[in-house]
Amino acid sequence: MSPDLLKLIFGRLGFESLPLHEPIVVGTFAVVALGGAALLGGLTYFRLWGYLWREWFTTVDHKRIGIMYMILGIVMLLRGFADALMMRGQQMLAFNGSEGYLNAHHYDQVFTAHGVIMIFFVAMPLVTGLMNYVVPLQIGARDVSFPFLNNFSFWMTVGGAVLVMASLFIGEFARTGWLAYPPLSNIGYSPDVGVDYYIWALQVAGVGTTLSGINLICTIVKLRCPGMTMMKMPVFTWTSLCTNVLIVASFPVLTVVLALLSLDRYVGTNFFTNDFGGSPMMYVNLIWIWGHPEVYILVLPAFGIFSEVTSTFSGKRLFGYTSMVYATVVITILSYLVWLHHFFTMGSGASVNSFFGITTMIISIPTGAKMFNWLFTMYRGRIRYELPMMWTIAFMLTFVIGGMTGVLLAVPPADFVLHNSLFLIAHFHNVIIGGVVFGAFAGITYWFPKAFGFKLDPFWGKMSFWFWVTGFYLAFMPLYVLGLMGVTRRLRVFDDPSLQIWFVIAAIGAGLVFLGILSMLVQFAVSFLRREQLKDVTGDPWDARTLEWATSSPPPDYNFAFTPVVHDNDAWWDMKRRGYQRPLTGFRPIHMPSSTGTGIILAGLATAMGFGLIWYIWWLAALSFIAMLAVGIGHTFNYHRDFDIPAEDVIRTEDARTKLLAGAK
Amino acid sequence: MSRLKILALLPLAAALSGCDYVVLAPAGDIAAQQRDLVIISTVLMLLIVVPVMALTVLFAWRYRQSNTDARYEPDWDHSTKLELVIWSAPLLIIVCLGALTWMGTHLLDPYRTLGRIHAERAVDQSKAPLEVDVVALDWKWLFIYPDYGIATVNELAAPVDRPIKFRITASSVMNSFYIPALAGQIYAMPGMETKLHAVVNHAGTYKGFSANYSGAGFSGMHFNFWGLDDKGFDAWIASAKSAGGSLGRAEYLQLEKPSQNEPVRRWGTVDADLYRLILNMCVETGKMCQSEMMAIDAKGGAGHQGLNNTLPLAYDKYARRGTALGPEPSFVAGTCTPDAPQGKTTASITAPVDTAPLLGAGLKRPSFTPLKSSSFFLGQRPKSDS
Repeated sequence: MSPDLLKLIFGRLGFESLPLHEPIVVGTFAVVALGGAALLGGLTYFRLWGYLWREWFTTVDHKRIGIMYMILGIVMLLRGFADALMMRGQQMLAFNGSEGYLNAHHYDQVFTAHGVIMIFFVAMPLVTGLMNYVVPLQIGARDVSFPFLNNFSFWMTVGGAVLVMASLFIGEFARTGWLAYPPLSNIGYSPDVGVDYYIWALQVAGVGTTLSGINLICTIVKLRCPGMTMMKMPVFTWTSLCTNVLIVASFPVLTVVLALLSLDRYVGTNFFTNDFGGSPMMYVNLIWIWGHPEVYILVLPAFGIFSEVTSTFSGKRLFGYTSMVYATVVITILSYLVWLHHFFTMGSGASVNSFFGITTMIISIPTGAKMFNWLFTMYRGRIRYELPMMWTIAFMLTFVIGGMTGVLLAVPPADFVLHNSLFLIAHFHNVIIGGVVFGAFAGITYWFPKAFGFKLDPFWGKMSFWFWVTGFYLAFMPLYVLGLMGVTRRLRVFDDPSLQIWFVIAAIGAGLVFLGILSMLVQFAVSFLRREQLKDVTGDPWDARTLEWATSSPPPDYNFAFTPVVHDNDAWWDMKRRGYQRPLTGFRPIHMPSSTGTGIILAGLATAMGFGLIWYIWWLAALSFIAMLAVGIGHTFNYHRDFDIPAEDVIRTEDARTKLLAGAK
Repeated sequence: MSRLKILALLPLAAALSGCDYVVLAPAGDIAAQQRDLVIISTVLMLLIVVPVMALTVLFAWRYRQSNTDARYEPDWDHSTKLELVIWSAPLLIIVCLGALTWMGTHLLDPYRTLGRIHAERAVDQSKAPLEVDVVALDWKWLFIYPDYGIATVNELAAPVDRPIKFRITASSVMNSFYIPALAGQIYAMPGMETKLHAVVNHAGTYKGFSANYSGAGFSGMHFNFWGLDDKGFDAWIASAKSAGGSLGRAEYLQLEKPSQNEPVRRWGTVDADLYRLILNMCVETGKMCQSEMMAIDAKGGAGHQGLNNTLPLAYDKYARRGTALGPEPSFVAGTCTPDAPQGKTTASITAPVDTAPLLGAGLKRPSFTPLKSSSFFLGQRPKSDS
């Protein structure tokens, strides 16, 4: 075939795009391919495809979508953490003239992929998954406002993750750092597909995130059960509301800035080039106008989880509910006024720098107030040290250190000496792991019995906890020290042999975290095998306080047979105290949304379009785009959007629960 | 956890002895003042962080479920007095820290000329500061001493107790110029200039490097900074002078091509205009400088005739490689001069210099030819007539 024809069909994709010269990647590919083949074979052998398609892939049930988000987050955590181990290994070895085992081309992709995956495809799915699962239950709703949109959002997030994973084996990922600053990310200095993978993975996933933000805002604003005024909402719902407001207000900025970057790369515009009046500084500003709210998008729901957990396991009302809510709202607003603290060293004037430094410090006031609120919730409580509470205590002790170094970095002259150093790396891992990751784990262990009807195994949970906590301190305290020695980030080789010991300690810490992750996977497996012993039939295994614990575990498709009525912000606690009697008669048919495959099809097409654009396979991009429009329009003619669960089915489900509850007593 | 931690401390203790905490013990007055701010801020915050951590541990222990002696008040959820304390205590700390930040940021603004050599000595205003022009290249540092007419790669020297004024730019991508012992960092950006004022108080050799990732050769992008006494500095200048060689536009274009782990190089003479040309991205003969273009723009552009110039204007040294759907690579050759009234330049113009090794040593560049799309997608574009 003529080269022109090949180019028309395959764009820039060719055999040389496969990284066959990188033995590490080839080995990984072999393992992934074998594992994938085994998984697909197993699914086919056990005839699970139909079940998966009907019950999971096409579902519009917020609970199942929430669980799928969590699975996505945990799977991607394995990939992101593999990158972390590779980095720690490289930095531990590359001393005394050794080049380590990763060349620059590979290492630079590894740290870029680590950042992108951990933020967009681990932290975001975990947080979104928890919000998706818990929020409708907490507000006494049957589902989210737009159930189909919810399914579509999830699959778009998966589409982004698929593109990032594809870059490992087809072509390469960006070698620019996780925010892809131009001019380095412009076509002149990154002419290959890496940055295009970055752009389209984030654009596809970003659509999902934005839409799920809109969906959850509507849900919280419109679907609260009777009696639940704004100031009676559970704190997790409040933080979710604020997070989704942040998502809706900030993700469009990311979409636009990446669109401008792709225009630079594809049609030769000059928004962020060195020439033609373009300015890379604009990109840096815009991306951080999204990027700073993003960290609060991640951490606010974690704050909500800690609030629920502290109050539940202290057996006590949350101290200072009102100030907690106002603190959350203040953080939401202030998070838009601090972005410049990520680049004080760009040479803005002293007044600009100190303005952004001081606004940053002001955020620590509501955050500090929250910390005190949790403290005084524990005060005069009866604290049960179940796993979620252990994660919360670890969070409180760890997060204040990260908060303190964060405020330190907000002092511009201090930032001039610590910016981009390993001190900075230690700081943000300190707050993201200590805050978001510990929060997600607290949330997972807390709500797992709600989702599956049995608790997680405490022994392996504690193993995971201690490995994670010690591993975290061992891995990141040395980085604080190295930062004070002026060691900068993203270095591949080192000259000074006296630094090596610190990298060795950090690598040991990463190894412990690895054991922590393994323990967690073992915990899931062991809990599944021991599900009969760990079973909870009451629906309220922790003696908890909010509405999600009022229904069965796992909740029926319709969540609540009768919409609850709320009189107190600890609604379920209040109901238990007033001697609430579960209604046993009078059930009626329940109106529910129908499953649809449109979401997964649209997201698949969007992913194909991204792939076509990345490789310049124009026909594929155009075709997928047209197909997306066709499927989207076609879906408007789908009139089978809802159905009624017959009253008999509701009665059967509720009777089964009545029997279970009677058996438990 | 505690036992593991104690075990972990053993190698730490061993390692501590040989470590150089340069950020905490710098050799320059600016870095020392920045260090002071780091320490004062940390102490201020510890005022609140330590009690919070202590209370966390105390409450976590005291109110454990098995301790039935502790009071249990499941409905106690509000106290105005406590609320006042928990909001005002952080507020007070932040008020102090904010004031400190405002003053510190202005006093230590890198653009501000120095007022003192160190805590006990003011700057002698009669003596001019040492001027150094810094250029971040792929992947090495070029230092030009305009007052002495010399230039070096990956080696910087300055006399002790003499203020230094850095003017900083870059040739291609963003870097950050950082000598931890001397002063905080500042970005080096192509086509833009940042400034840094600093002074070194103790003789010695210190590390300098780029603190902002800039591509494949980033790890090797470091240099030694020598703090020398006056005599030593004069000797260093003299040795650079005697190294001979001359750094002009042609040599610079060779030098700026990407290369990794460059050894120290010195030039005895340097084109006096070179830094200005680098900053304005017009070292290649015949290319229009940013300053010229801005001058045209300031006068409202050059009307219809100017389209030929301003549309395909490309300053950057590699010229545009073209994008998938974009116009063909092109660049502007320059403005008319008395020597060349038709805008013709004497040098023969072959647009891009070699673009091959952008991906770093040992790595081949993926094949990439832009689609010649401009003609049928965007219509005929005016071509530069140079």
